Amino acid sequence: MSERITITEASVPGLPIGVKLRFDKQRDQWVILAPERLFVLDDVALEIVKRCDGKASVADIVSELAEAYAAPRDVILKDVGALLQDLADKRILAA
Amino acid sequence: MTELSFPLAILAELTHRCPLQCPYCSNPLALEASSAELSTEAWQGVIEEAAELGALQIHFSGGEPTARRDLEALVSSAAAAGLYSNLITAGVLLSKERLAALAEAGLDHVQLSFQDSEAAGCDRIGGYKGGFEKKLDCARWVNEIGLPLTLNMVVHRQNLENLEEMLALAERFSARRVEIAHVQYYGWAYLNRAALMPTREQLEQATETVEAARERLKGIMVIDYVVPDYYARRPKSCMGGWGRQFLNISPAGKVLPCHAAESITNLTFDRVGEMSLRDIWENSSAFKAYRGTDWMPEPCRSCERKEIDWGGCRCQAFALTGDAGNVDPACAKSPEHEAMQALATAESAKAQRDFTYRTRKAGEEQAAKLSAPLV
Repeated sequence: MSERITITEASVPGLPIGVKLRFDKQRDQWVILAPERLFVLDDVALEIVKRCDGKASVADIVSELAEAYAAPRDVILKDVGALLQDLADKRILAA
Repeated sequence: MTELSFPLAILAELTHRCPLQCPYCSNPLALEASSAELSTEAWQGVIEEAAELGALQIHFSGGEPTARRDLEALVSSAAAAGLYSNLITAGVLLSKERLAALAEAGLDHVQLSFQDSEAAGCDRIGGYKGGFEKKLDCARWVNEIGLPLTLNMVVHRQNLENLEEMLALAERFSARRVEIAHVQYYGWAYLNRAALMPTREQLEQATETVEAARERLKGIMVIDYVVPDYYARRPKSCMGGWGRQFLNISPAGKVLPCHAAESITNLTFDRVGEMSLRDIWENSSAFKAYRGTDWMPEPCRSCERKEIDWGGCRCQAFALTGDAGNVDPACAKSPEHEAMQALATAESAKAQRDFTYRTRKAGEEQAAKLSAPLV
């Protein structure tokens, strides 16, 4: 039995076994490959997902993105949290 | 002019051999002999070509793909080509050691079928005694090895009463995903339709059960649900459009736009080895026949949904109307729609429980006397 993951700033997100981030050269896009599913990532989602390495916490990722894009941290946190919670609910993110 | 896309996924039907005999098997009635199967090298060539052509995922299927002793080598080739690999299996031929070897070779995911939530039904529907227990072992091993697991349950009149238990079984094995798929009526399932067709009440109950379970299991288990289109109002977007995203390769190397395409008897299919996969994808007459929207009749042609459902299912149009270029009767705009629903209602009320099981002999006999279209 599994339990639902709730993403917080302390969560350390990563891609579980069976979920892969890949560049699709024929279509010039980044995708997440998962069991019988495929998700095309836009630029924002890619910047977030590629930082999900099983080491950085959500707080780390948010701080890094806030600095890189000179954006308010709370705005970034809201976007990152929503995306990661959605991926977790789709069972393609571990944390 | 239709813009040509690249296939996203290929279904590699490695063999038609299978220890199970499910009466809704997606293989054609005329099963291919083991002597006609492609060699390891030929499959490896196909895998490389598919990756070059833009495929991202490969599904190893059958028959029972683990009946091929070279499965590890093929999984390894898929991993080397960068393809995400999925094993679609009945699980009864696997040992824990073999599963570990497949994981080692780079297998990404296992999709394990259950024919019911308990032994009696599972073994009767699959026509394989002791199968249920072996499947439980297989699911446990997949978990122990750490591969992601999907349970696949094909549902119909004779097992829908156990839908809650099927979902519970998937939950018990911490499956990330479960697929509840109502039977789609082609080939073997078309033949056994009167024994399988659910009543409308059963369908509605099943849909409610799935919706409630999705709510309850949010973030725990993803439930994919495939509805039976005999009761639908709009057709499914079959294969995401003919020749648009998907190709299927038969054990003997025939390249098909979908696994049921051979049921359309006026199409001819090219084979790997005789032409490149790219050439077949781009130029094979079978792929061009119903690709895009140019082939569509009215009311499809002027329908606002024509690039949403791509005209529904060609095999179904052929089976029920005798012409694959007709409107899919699952669509309420089809002149045959009401007759299709009446047929489903009538068959769902039958007491018939016996199946024509999937065997080579039964398939040969039945392929010779295909039932007439509905109209």
